Amino acid sequence: MITTLLYSLTGLILFGMGIFTLIIHSHPLRKILAVNVMSTGVFLILIATAYTPLGQGNIDPVPHAMVLTGIVVSVSVTALALILACRVQETSNLNLLGRKKQGKVPEESSK
Amino acid sequence: MSRTRNRHKRLDGFQRLLLLLIICLITLLCTILWTIPGNTPGLADAVARLQELSGVESPVTAVLLNFRGYDTMLEVMVLLLAVIGAWSLTRAPFSEQMKNTSPVLMGVVRLLAPLMCLVASYLVWQGSHLAGGAFQGGAIFGAAGVLMLVAELPWLRVTPARLLRIGLVLGPLLFVGVALFCLFLTGDLMGYPEGAASWLILIIEAACAISIGLTLASLFAGGRPAGEAREKYNPASQTCDEEGRP
Repeated sequence: MITTLLYSLTGLILFGMGIFTLIIHSHPLRKILAVNVMSTGVFLILIATAYTPLGQGNIDPVPHAMVLTGIVVSVSVTALALILACRVQETSNLNLLGRKKQGKVPEESSK
Repeated sequence: MSRTRNRHKRLDGFQRLLLLLIICLITLLCTILWTIPGNTPGLADAVARLQELSGVESPVTAVLLNFRGYDTMLEVMVLLLAVIGAWSLTRAPFSEQMKNTSPVLMGVVRLLAPLMCLVASYLVWQGSHLAGGAFQGGAIFGAAGVLMLVAELPWLRVTPARLLRIGLVLGPLLFVGVALFCLFLTGDLMGYPEGAASWLILIIEAACAISIGLTLASLFAGGRPAGEAREKYNPASQTCDEEGRP
């Protein structure tokens, strides 16, 4: 019981940190990382609530399968979001913080 | 510049309010977690009762590929969609000629990549009776691919485009094929015929592991491999990738 609670609390704190960062920062990379931290917290809570001490009945495999599914989906979503963020930065003449780029504008450097 | 530095150091009013709200939310969720009764039955007994019918001995694999098979099917589709999205957005920033990689790095890759493939195959195989399966095996396949990409081996670029695409869709296609086959045979979408479940699951897992590994490595590469036949006719699609990523 105490183990479950400890892991769940850690997951909750991770979730809270993630949601705070997600709201207050405007940098896309920070937002993507924040969503990842949030999802990690949710996975931790799910796995912790499915915990069964050894020898006290069968494990509940449904949360495990859900978390396995969720991890894979979050990896692919993160990759797509990162590529989108890179693309936005490449095609706009502002950098990710909303300031003008110092160097050359990408439209000029492409053939 | 100094203004932004100050902003990062000290929270303003809105951020303090937000912090307070989030702390309230976490406290609320914490009390909810605290009051969850300890021994809720869940689905553990239901899964254990049907375990013998599922054709595998591992309960997680039974849930993933038998009881909730269509979830996993859609999930593999999500991975495929992510690759399609990534490929339609950018080209992978590969360098044209191979750089001089250090012999130590090459030695490590030469030693580790086959070993990782072996471990991945073992994980896929042992998914039927222990922890393991298509996703774990596929993750290690993907890690082997990422290792080779980091060592600047151009394996993703020199792989024929058609072969790469076949590898990417192999898992989802076989999954859908098996599901439809079961639909015709038994009338349920993922209702495996009796006795055939264990080897059908193994086939699906092996194909999915290959596809997931390739997917993860392609996502890491960050775009479609350059030098595809279609792009020769469409020079306008070559955008600003030549300057490389910052």
